[in-house]
Amino acid sequence: MSKTKHMQTPLDKKAINSLKAGEEVLLSGTIYTARDQAHMRLSGLITEGGKLPLELTGQVIYYCGPAPAKTGPIGSCGPTTSGRMDPFTPMLLDAGLKGMIGKGRRSQEVADAIKKNGAVYFIAPGGAGAYLREKVISCVTVAFEDLGPEAIYKLEVKDFPLVVGIDTEGKDIYSKL
Amino acid sequence: MKLREIQARTIEKTVKELCIKANTLLREDVLQAFRAFFDKEEENTLPKKMLKVLIENSEIAEEKKLPLCQDTGMVAVFIEMGQDVHILGGSLSGAINSGVEEAYTEGYFRKSVVKDPLMRDNTGTNTPAVIHVDITEGDKMSISVMPKGFGSENKGKIGMLNPTCTQDDIIDFCVETVKKAGPDACPPYILGVGLGGTMDQCALLSKKALLRPINESNPEPHIAELEEKIKERSNALGIGVMGLGGISTVIGVNVKEAPTHIAGCPVAVSLCCHALRSASAEI
Repeated sequence: MSKTKHMQTPLDKKAINSLKAGEEVLLSGTIYTARDQAHMRLSGLITEGGKLPLELTGQVIYYCGPAPAKTGPIGSCGPTTSGRMDPFTPMLLDAGLKGMIGKGRRSQEVADAIKKNGAVYFIAPGGAGAYLREKVISCVTVAFEDLGPEAIYKLEVKDFPLVVGIDTEGKDIYSKL
Repeated sequence: MKLREIQARTIEKTVKELCIKANTLLREDVLQAFRAFFDKEEENTLPKKMLKVLIENSEIAEEKKLPLCQDTGMVAVFIEMGQDVHILGGSLSGAINSGVEEAYTEGYFRKSVVKDPLMRDNTGTNTPAVIHVDITEGDKMSISVMPKGFGSENKGKIGMLNPTCTQDDIIDFCVETVKKAGPDACPPYILGVGLGGTMDQCALLSKKALLRPINESNPEPHIAELEEKIKERSNALGIGVMGLGGISTVIGVNVKEAPTHIAGCPVAVSLCCHALRSASAEI
């Protein structure tokens, strides 16, 4: 196993370029949750030329619909399946998004868009919602509150454990599966 | 024959407790399998590290009464109701749904059920539950709840194979289902396999199969052999924990069989993520 890298959001170009598929990363800083319905709305806004509820440039989106907080900032909050976001992803990357966190495979179109935009796709341990919740410092609703667990939440995370799934070269850890 | 009376409130309370237990306390058989596979994975590898994360996740969930996974699922409820039972003070489905709602509100579980597949408005209660009732002899009622996440539910498959199919054809179908799910649905997986019956019954069998502890084989030797072979071939795929390789792709296979028709051999796979959650009680 290679050495774990510590990274901070927003992601700068140099840091992203240094990442290689399969490397372990501990990510700290701000990340935004968004899953199916939020992606549909964001892509709708981009298509219509409307104003987005968050500035995507350099940011990281986490495919997650958290459980409500019992104590502390948030409930269990593991990743959801990334593939369902594939149809919307290239558009978001073109709009400035630099990182995504989820679980599972991405389409060739997404891998190509990652390479084209110098972005990165991370995977987080799926089904470890209670474990990952311990890495979240704060949680604030940013947009689409009516969507409940599918709203966009701004999370501050500390040492969020990730593995690089697709790097800026478009290299995919799952390409052999 | 005197009927045994069970209060709807008792059913409601039992369902609530079972939902909370299932979502926060990892099944002992699943935890044992994590530990066994952890011991067998190669040292200093990502899959071994990730299995440790899963074990730690179950410890945090138990200690803090947090859901193991944020996807606390749509709840399947399996009822075996003795025909000498009479329910008082409400309906069976009403009591079950009230119990689910209370658990998901008081347990701070995510409400993931939408009322209409196209309109997609959240019901806000995680109900309705999917309720299956079998009428049995006697005056007891057994209740099992299974909250299953949809990341893995989306990867389930059913195949109507030919009656002349071989054991290998059935294994191929199951292994192909695992291969298609790949790293997407939180491996290591547990497979509930329905074999026989009709199409609808076969799908239900595949769900019910997941209730059996994964360290117990099917009592029929030829079915137990099938379980073992599906597991062995699935683990040769090398998908592994989170798709990071290694030997832990499928940590349990439970087949549940039923009589079928001369013209067919239905096979259904309920592919379950590593967070296989269920709890049972008898009233």
